[in-house]
Amino acid sequence: MDQSITLHRREFLKTTTGLLTGLVAAGSSLALLAPGRAWAVDLTALSSAEAATLMIVARTIIPHDKLDDAAYALVIQAVDADASNDEKTRQMIQEGIAGLGAGFVGSAESERVEALKKMEASGFFQTMRRKTLQVLYANPIAYAYFGYEGEAFSKGGYLFRGFNDLRWLPEVPLADSGPLPV
Amino acid sequence: MARIDLNDDGAVVIIGSGAGGGTLAHELTRRGIQVVLLEAGKRQSMASFSQVPGEAFQQLTWLDTRTQSGNWGTARDFPGLPAWHCKTVGGTTVHWTASTPRLEPWELRAKSTYGHVPGTSLIDWPISYPELKNYYLLAERRLGVTRRNGMPGLPASNNFKVMHAGAKKLGYKRVHTGHMAINSRSHDGRGFCIQQGFCVQGCKMGAKWSTLYTEIPSAEATGKLDLRIECRAMRIEHGNNGRVNAVVYRDSQGQEQRQKARLVCVAGNGIETPRLLLLSESAKFPQGLANSSDQVGRNYCHQIVGYIWGIFEKPVYSWRGATVAGVVEDEVLNDPQRGFVGGYRIELVALDLPTMPQVGLPYGWGRDFASIMEEYRNIAGLLINGEDMPRSENRITLNPKVKDAFGLPAANVHVDEHPNDQALRKHAQGQMSKMYQALGAKRTFPGPSLPATHNTCTARMSADPRDGVTNGWGQTHDIPNLFISDGSMMSTPGSANPTLTIVALVLRQAEYIGRQMAAGKI
Repeated sequence: MDQSITLHRREFLKTTTGLLTGLVAAGSSLALLAPGRAWAVDLTALSSAEAATLMIVARTIIPHDKLDDAAYALVIQAVDADASNDEKTRQMIQEGIAGLGAGFVGSAESERVEALKKMEASGFFQTMRRKTLQVLYANPIAYAYFGYEGEAFSKGGYLFRGFNDLRWLPEVPLADSGPLPV
Repeated sequence: MARIDLNDDGAVVIIGSGAGGGTLAHELTRRGIQVVLLEAGKRQSMASFSQVPGEAFQQLTWLDTRTQSGNWGTARDFPGLPAWHCKTVGGTTVHWTASTPRLEPWELRAKSTYGHVPGTSLIDWPISYPELKNYYLLAERRLGVTRRNGMPGLPASNNFKVMHAGAKKLGYKRVHTGHMAINSRSHDGRGFCIQQGFCVQGCKMGAKWSTLYTEIPSAEATGKLDLRIECRAMRIEHGNNGRVNAVVYRDSQGQEQRQKARLVCVAGNGIETPRLLLLSESAKFPQGLANSSDQVGRNYCHQIVGYIWGIFEKPVYSWRGATVAGVVEDEVLNDPQRGFVGGYRIELVALDLPTMPQVGLPYGWGRDFASIMEEYRNIAGLLINGEDMPRSENRITLNPKVKDAFGLPAANVHVDEHPNDQALRKHAQGQMSKMYQALGAKRTFPGPSLPATHNTCTARMSADPRDGVTNGWGQTHDIPNLFISDGSMMSTPGSANPTLTIVALVLRQAEYIGRQMAAGKI
C-alpha cells in the first residue's frame, strides 16, 4: 500500500467503516498526475459494498467511460462524509442503496438507467446527482481529462497562453477587437 | 480611517459597499462628509481571492436563507438561490463580469415607447437621457470603460472569434469586444487584463473595476470614512418627525449596535434594500419605511438572462480570457414586429469546468449529459441580457414562515414571467442558435435561467409618488433624509447590464446630497 494514493486525508479518530480501492488505468489522465498505480479511499459511514454500489450509481448518472474510477471515488468520498456528519443523510443513502436491490450492480446500463429513472424524484437520487455534478468535475483528474487548464493568474493569465489561438475562423478586425496590451 | 461615535448624529450611514454604496461613500467623503459604511460581508483582497471556483463562490456570495415562488425557471432549477450577488466589501463589483453599456434614450421612456402592455407596471423614468448622459460620461472615466475616452477595446478571445463570425453570418453590424470596465491597458494605478477568465472569482490583477480596490480605499484616504465590516443592518429607525435618525445593526461579534445618522442611504442590492425597508416597519410606518405607495419590493426586475451553447468540431477553449468581453448590439431596439417590446444584448460567456455542469446546463443526466461535457473544449457560449417587464406582483416580500440566521423574516422572491419576457427569450435563443448553426455547429442547446444578478426596480424612481418609492434623485418620496443608492432605484431595467447606470445615478445623487446638506435641507 505504500505505493497507493490516499485521495484525501481524513480525521484519524473516526472509525473506518469501509474502503474503496482501485488501480490507475495506464495511459489515463490520472496516470500523468499520480505517483503510484493504486488509490484508496477510506470510509467513515458506508461499507465497502455500499460504496461500490454508489460508484456504479455515479457512473450511471454521469457516464464518462474513460474517466478514471478515482474521480468517481471522490464523489463517493464526499457522499460518505455527508453521511458521516448527518444521521438522516446516512439513513437516506443506505435506504436508497438497499432500494436499488441486489441485482442493480450487475445489470446492464439500460436496466440501471430504468431503475434510477423510477427514483428520479427521491432524495437519494437527487443527492447522488447533485454530489456527482459538484465533485466529479472539480478535481485535478477531471481537469486533466477534459483539458481544462484552471486558474491562470499564477502563470500570467492566458494572454500569452492561447486566449486567442483559434485559427479555424477569420481573424476579427481590429476595430471590433483591440490591441494586445504592452 | 475615521472612527465615528455611535451617538454622533452628524454622519451619513450607507448600507452596502458595492457599485452604489461604495461609490457613494467615496463621493460623499471627498466632499468632506463623514460616512459610516456598513458592510455585511468580510473584506477580501486581490491576494485572498480563491482560485478554486467552489471556494470562491462560498467566499463571495450572499448565501443567507431566501425563498422564492412563481413560474420562472430559477425557482425550479435553483430553489435555494434566487439571486447570485455578493456579500463582501465591494459587493457585487467583486464578482461582476464588468460589462458597462449605457441605457438607450428610449429605454428611459419605457411606458411611452412601448405603449400599454397589459399585465405590466411600466413607467417612464423621471429623469431624461441628456441629464443621465452627463453622469454616464463621468462614470465611464471613473471606471476606465473600454472604447470610451481613448481606452482601447479588449483583444478578441477565441470565444469572441466564434461569436463575431456567427454574428457576421447573420448580418449583424454592431459586434465588438464590448464596453468593459476592465483595463485594456494600465489605468488608475491598476494593471491591465491578462485574460485569466476568472472574473467571477474576483480579479487578482485588479484590472476589473471594483469598489473594493478603487472607491473604498479612495474614501478611506480622505479620513472621513468609517467602514464597518461584518456589520448587518437590522432596521432603520426614525424620530417623531418622521425622519430617519439611526440604523440598528449586528456587529461582527453578533452584538446589536445603534448608529445615529443624519442621513441614511440604502444600497443592499435589489432584494435586501426593499427587505430592510419592510423590516423597518413602525407604528408610524406600519407598511415599512418609504412605503406609503405600497411600491416597496414591487416591480422586481432581473433581466432575461440565459445561455446558448454551441458544440464545434474544433477546440474553442472558451475559459481562456475575459469572461464576458463580447457583445452584439443589433437587437437593442424596440421593434414590436419581433413579437415583443424592448431589446436585448447578446453577450459572450464561458464557465469554468466545475461550474459548467452545475449552472450552465439544463437539468439532466445520463449519456446525453455526459456527451455534452465530453465536448467541453469545443463549446462556445453566448448569454442573453434582455429587458424584462415590471409587474406589480413580481416582488420581494418578507416570508413570515422562514427566518434568517438573525431571526428576521427571510426575503421571498416572487416572479411570474410576462409573455413578453418569454417571447423575448425565445427570439434571442433563436438568433443565438442561428449564429452558431451558421458556422456549422454540431449541436446548439440552451442552458437554464440563472439565479438573478441584475436585481433592480424594487424601490424605483417615479415622477408620481403613487408609482414608486423615490424621486429622480433616489430620495424617498416619504422621508427626505432616506435615500436609495443602488439598482433598486432604477425605474425600469432596460437591456443594459445595470452597474454603469447605478454608478451614474449615484454620482448624480452624491452631488444632490452634498448641495442639500450644505443648504441645510437634509
